[in-house]
Amino acid sequence: MFEYDPVLYSRLLTSLTLGFHAIFATLGVGIPLMIAIAEWMGIKRNDPHYTLMARRWARGFVVIVAVGVVTGTAIGLQLSLLWPNFMQAAGHTIGLPMFMEVFAFFFEAIFLGIYLYTWDRFKSKMKHFLLIIPIVIGATASAFFITTVNSFMNVPQGFEIIDGAIRDVSPLAAMFNPATPTKISHVIITCYLTAAFVLGAIAAFNLLKGRNHVYHKKALHLTMVSAAIFAIGTAVIGDFSGKYLHEYQPEKLAAAEWHFETESEAPLILGGILTEDNEVRYALEIPYALSILAGNTPDTVVTGLNDFPEELHPPLWVHYMFDLMVFIGMYLAAISALFVFMNWMKKWNAFRRPVLWAIFAGGPLAIVAIEAGWIFAEVGRQPWIINGVMTVAEGATASPHVDIMLYVFILLYAVLGATCIAVLRRMFKSNPAEHELEERGIAHTKEQNVN
Amino acid sequence: MSYEVIGITVLWVFLYGYLIVASVDFGAGFFSYYTKRTNKNHIIHDIIQRYLSPVWEVTNVFLVFFFIGIVGFFPQTAFYYGSALLIPGSVAIILIAIRGSYYAFATYGAKESRFFTFLYGATGLLIPASLTTVLTISEGGYISYEDGHVQLLYGELFGSLYSWGVVILAIVSVLFISASFLTYYASRAQDKGALELLRKYALIWSFPSIIMGVIVFFLLGGRNPEHFSNMVDLWWMFAISFLAFAAATYLIWKRRNYGTAFMMVMLQYFAAFFGYGVSHFPYLLYPYLTIYDGFTNETMAIALISAFIGGLLMLIPSLYFLMKLFLFDADYVQGKK
Ligand code: HDD
Ligand code: HEM
Ligand code: HEM
Repeated sequence: MFEYDPVLYSRLLTSLTLGFHAIFATLGVGIPLMIAIAEWMGIKRNDPHYTLMARRWARGFVVIVAVGVVTGTAIGLQLSLLWPNFMQAAGHTIGLPMFMEVFAFFFEAIFLGIYLYTWDRFKSKMKHFLLIIPIVIGATASAFFITTVNSFMNVPQGFEIIDGAIRDVSPLAAMFNPATPTKISHVIITCYLTAAFVLGAIAAFNLLKGRNHVYHKKALHLTMVSAAIFAIGTAVIGDFSGKYLHEYQPEKLAAAEWHFETESEAPLILGGILTEDNEVRYALEIPYALSILAGNTPDTVVTGLNDFPEELHPPLWVHYMFDLMVFIGMYLAAISALFVFMNWMKKWNAFRRPVLWAIFAGGPLAIVAIEAGWIFAEVGRQPWIINGVMTVAEGATASPHVDIMLYVFILLYAVLGATCIAVLRRMFKSNPAEHELEERGIAHTKEQNVN
Repeated sequence: MSYEVIGITVLWVFLYGYLIVASVDFGAGFFSYYTKRTNKNHIIHDIIQRYLSPVWEVTNVFLVFFFIGIVGFFPQTAFYYGSALLIPGSVAIILIAIRGSYYAFATYGAKESRFFTFLYGATGLLIPASLTTVLTISEGGYISYEDGHVQLLYGELFGSLYSWGVVILAIVSVLFISASFLTYYASRAQDKGALELLRKYALIWSFPSIIMGVIVFFLLGGRNPEHFSNMVDLWWMFAISFLAFAAATYLIWKRRNYGTAFMMVMLQYFAAFFGYGVSHFPYLLYPYLTIYDGFTNETMAIALISAFIGGLLMLIPSLYFLMKLFLFDADYVQGKK
């Protein structure tokens, strides 16, 4: 096979750990908000179904957080183990948000411990609701801080390099770089969107299985209304992200769109294949759309890849990742809006099987979009680890045995992932919502229409 | 105090915090497994569950805090330790991953399983063993540094008495710290059966912990004479440590003041850990790296220290709230809530 190359294996291992962590981290950021919404509705409408929803989601959430925490610990250590030179530079420039991220976890972890074990401990329900707020804030803050680190890797600023040494560091300038606003808002809102869709997919699945209790209908309605809002937000912020790329990382945008010649009135290319001599075939072209994505007007001039030296071209397959993400984004927006609309038209039945199937598919698809988005954003930065400052090869470790570690971690994540799914399934199968509703004596309360 | 000293003090305090809370957690895992094997699990199971369930995540954050913080304050450690520790570090990651997730799986998810308890017990002893590698190699002589490449000398590491001594010290300390805390917790819960059993464990592990401490102290003399003589100069800290140990063991033996006894155990480890740390000063890694040449720039140092103070202002009230609800609330501890 290939010759042992620590850089290659470090990249593979980092992608593996981050790709695995991203699933749990994304849900870990998004689900607390959904729990908070459900618990709030339960109090405001005095409807125990929503309270039970919050309770059941919280139980699943702990298992997901546990895997998020251990894989996060893994990536935190692995960054030093696999990218010692990068971390040395990063420590000087961007150590602050990493440090603050830990405080955010800490804060979240403390209140999560309290929240889980105090459901029936306070007299006032409102008091217990207040405990979820620090969890939502802590989770979102950790996404915020870690994403500023990633923004810095895309647009490094806030330091000077004088004779190879890092000088004049300004930690705040490094944190709040031009990539920060779009990156953070896009990452956070897609966390919310994904969580809403995954929980919605579970409700849809239950309804498809013929469990017709209003509990599931309420859950579906709640998640889809939230998802529709988040999906629209995602598309709007995604559009801003395109404008950001145009401004600061034109080579990434050009690679995503197979855009070679610098020109105005550039078309957006969907799908297709690239021939040997960089001809685009079989693609769907939307005229002017790339220029509009980049600068809101058809006459925006979009820089093409030919303006960059060949060795700085990112791999061109990121095009498919970008397309996949955008396609799924459109799909999620469409299906959640459709459901909300059908439910709003009183005469229509929104709970038809095709609609439920489409929502069910949205859960896994949202996770695919998260992965595709990260792969696009990270691979699109190649060959740089810190854009324009340090290449991936310079950042990597020179240790032997990274390959063995890669195999060991593949095994570890396979086992963890499989057990996690098995445990979650067993947890909810052995104690289905109907059973718990019965048990708590709220099976027949509030049978009125969902709205 | 210089920024370097503030930085290392903050980190060392957190590492000490991790040492205590993690030891309680690791030891509890081992006792839980061991009692299951000997069919005594029903006696202490509830105590362990009730304490651990709300706090396991907090324990993990102490560790994360340390290794993220050290890269922030001393970026060069990422280069030396990161390059050298690929394998031991990965082993520790894997053990931590297994432990954390299977604990959550067993507690929140599924029915109790023998296999999960076994993983939980075994990792509880293996994690401290693998983490102490870092302290061992910091003494120097276990790493080679040539043409910009750092390498860990495995033969040296596995062949050295000192490194094995540290491993055993870590394990027995975990068991002692954990048993003395759980004894206190059981006494608060007024759970007679658990108290008796845990008190017995605390006494069993008390002497091995102090004897290993003394052995490791002298083994270090052969390993790193410079560090050793600094430690001898700080003899009074180790004397305090010994007196605290004696007081703790005496109180547990006399079945009195378990709370004070546990405070004494904490003091014992505090004095020894800081005696070790202060005498290690200023080296982060003998003989390559001191806190002065590995330090971050001044602006970052000020930013980190400010963030740290801000963070503490937020954390201390929350931690207090957590302890008030789960540690000091007699009804909760006794299982009435
Ligand atoms: C559910 C997930 C999801 C969905 C539906 C979308 N995205 Fe996205 N996108 C992400 C999840 C994501 C992400 C995982 O959060 C990324 C990866 C890195 C980042 O900053 O966010 C991302 C990055 C990302 C970038 C690169 C930013 C950078 O490299 O700095 C652009 C230009 C877009 N997105 C644009 C869009 C557009 C126009 C969408 C149309 C609806 C869209 N995204 C939907
Ligand atoms: C957008 C990307 C990411 C998001 C949204 C995210 C979010 C999260 C969340 C929600 C958790 C669980 C923490 C908890 O609930 O207490 C977590 C854990 C963790 N993450 Fe990530 N993370 C991301 C990427 C990363 C990266 C790249 C790193 C590496 C520096 C990292 C380091 C960690 C660490 C060290 C933990 C464990 C903390 C603990 O012990 O509680 N994360 N992350
Ligand atoms: C959850 C959030 C993130 C995900 C899912 C993610 C995903 C990825 C992926 C898939 C790669 C592989 C790229 C390739 O093989 O070419 C990668 C590379 C890398 N990422 Fe990110 N990334 C995230 C955020 C971050 C952050 C915040 C940091 C820094 C603290 C970071 C550090 C790195 C490093 C060091 C590499 C290796 C260099 C490279 O191949 O570009 N990542 N990441």
